[in-house]
Amino acid sequence: MSETILSVRNVSKNFGGIQAVREVSFDVKRGEVLGLIGPNGSGKSTLFNCVLGQLKPSSGEVHVNGRNVAGMRACDLNKLGVGRTFQQLSVFPQMSVIDNIILAGQEHHGTMLSRLFGPSDAGLTAEAEQMIAFFRLSHLRDELAGSLSYGQQKLVDAAMAFMAGPSLVLLDEPAGGVNLTMLGNLKERLKTYNESHDTTFVVIEHNMEFVMSLCSRIVVLAEGAIIAEGTPDEIRNNQQVIDAYLGG
Amino acid sequence: MTPKNIIFAIVAVGLLIIAPLGQGNYITYVLCSWLLFSIAAMGLNLTLGYAGQVSLAQASFMGIGAYITALMTLNGIHWILAMPCAVAATFFVGLVLGYPALRVQHHFLAFVTLAFNTLVFLAFRNEEWLTGGSFGLVGMPRPDFWVFSTMKQLPFYYFTLVCFLISAAAFWWIVHSPWGRAFKALRENPIRANSVGVDTRRMTLLAFAIGSAFGGLAGALMTPLVQFIEPGSFALVHSLKLLLMVVVGGAGFFFGPILGAAIVILMPEVLRFTEGYYLIIYALLVIVLMVYSPTGLMGLGGKVITRFRPQREVRKDMVQGAQL
Ligand SMILES: Nc1ncnc2c1ncn2[C@@H]1O[C@H](COP(=O)(O)OP(=O)(O)O)[C@@H](O)[C@H]1O
Ligand SMILES: [Mg+2]
Repeated sequence: MSETILSVRNVSKNFGGIQAVREVSFDVKRGEVLGLIGPNGSGKSTLFNCVLGQLKPSSGEVHVNGRNVAGMRACDLNKLGVGRTFQQLSVFPQMSVIDNIILAGQEHHGTMLSRLFGPSDAGLTAEAEQMIAFFRLSHLRDELAGSLSYGQQKLVDAAMAFMAGPSLVLLDEPAGGVNLTMLGNLKERLKTYNESHDTTFVVIEHNMEFVMSLCSRIVVLAEGAIIAEGTPDEIRNNQQVIDAYLGG
Repeated sequence: MTPKNIIFAIVAVGLLIIAPLGQGNYITYVLCSWLLFSIAAMGLNLTLGYAGQVSLAQASFMGIGAYITALMTLNGIHWILAMPCAVAATFFVGLVLGYPALRVQHHFLAFVTLAFNTLVFLAFRNEEWLTGGSFGLVGMPRPDFWVFSTMKQLPFYYFTLVCFLISAAAFWWIVHSPWGRAFKALRENPIRANSVGVDTRRMTLLAFAIGSAFGGLAGALMTPLVQFIEPGSFALVHSLKLLLMVVVGGAGFFFGPILGAAIVILMPEVLRFTEGYYLIIYALLVIVLMVYSPTGLMGLGGKVITRFRPQREVRKDMVQGAQL
């Protein structure tokens, strides 16, 4: 439990005059489930995008498994075992659900050439079917992902993040628009993965019930900076956090 | 392939085999021209329809393929050796043209590729020592394959048909492979694709390179078909014509460009009786089609089918890409 898998050091990100993220530093240990909370616009998504190579931090460093990943492309980070979901819907709307899931796994199997000359599903159909069965999407297997409801698309998105067997997963508001039963299911999946595969999670979420029951540690952002860090109980009772975010 | 697909493929190939029988030389020539433009349009369909990268340079790749084949066969090298050179050269030039696509998209990319087409056109016209300038190159032989001579129009048609079928099979294979899935992902949501491990840079370059190589093959067939090539045959207007084929037929559909090429090549023949009004009628038909069915004739077919058998469609209310 002591090995650091993700280390964010003094990361800042400016958009012109806006300082979206200011000097943020925290470590995540292998097997941890870290919650990242804060008001809208506090820089949570921007921080994710800086960690995941989608945005270049204005300053600071990000280390994954002790390796500086600054300037690394998102696809290479994904191959290092880092999966993610986006806050906005981001499935491939004109592709079937099963194709969405297979795509999320195929680049981790074989070589460039085997992906041209090998089987069209890269040998992943069975695995992808298991994945969609877990998210209770089996009846939608061959539907266009873009024809699904918002909550269903969120689940497809989450299933994609798991398909490559990542060791670190960053989830940006996975519970938004997902119904209560499915929410429990999603939480259970994260917990199972966390326990059986030792997968590490960083979760952005506004659903406090979800965050508090899932995460072992929580980091609170406000206006781009960390204002508190601790266990769910410590956060719940932190006056600064109550003022800035949890409210009265 | 499902059994239904296999039966359909057999019937289609059968029709293509009997199509020129009993027809005059001119009709057979038009059919050859349809097949070779279909190959070029198929390539553009991969770049544009599947991978979502706008290109207005496909005719220049036909040109590069045609000139390489012409220069080599005029120097006594057999077509069977010249053609792979044409395909390989266009593959690599296409790869290079893909680089701007890593930086710019959509209409900016259209302008970059448009400029490239113009550049290639000027090179064909100005480098007289090599290309014969505006007069072009003439007298390229049609290839013999042992006892099978393609000198006559009908054997040449079957030679073109074989090339077409091999290209169509290769195209079918590519778009149904994991590469095809990655190309579509690139079109649908490049940021998400990148985050699930698709090397979007490499796939963008490949989409250009492979699409251009199909153009190169079409050019390699055009040289022995026409036996006369000049820069004007590969000017920008021909790239627009290829774009029209893809869009009218249905970008992103396997049969789209083949259908589109049939319309664009055969329509002038069908509308010949209208004389001067041909272009006006043609333009009106295209406008009506695009308004009613932006996904082209294949999309139109799909619409008719959904009338009777409703299927799910992509929800317009929720299509938004991955935003950072
Ligand atoms: N691409 C961008 N360009 C300019 N400003 C941005 C961009 N992305 C985010 N911002 C700004 O950065 C701030 C933090 O946004 P974000 O990270 O999305 O917040 P959160 O995810 O915590 O709600 C906001 O003020 C937002 O307007
Ligand atoms: Mg956000």
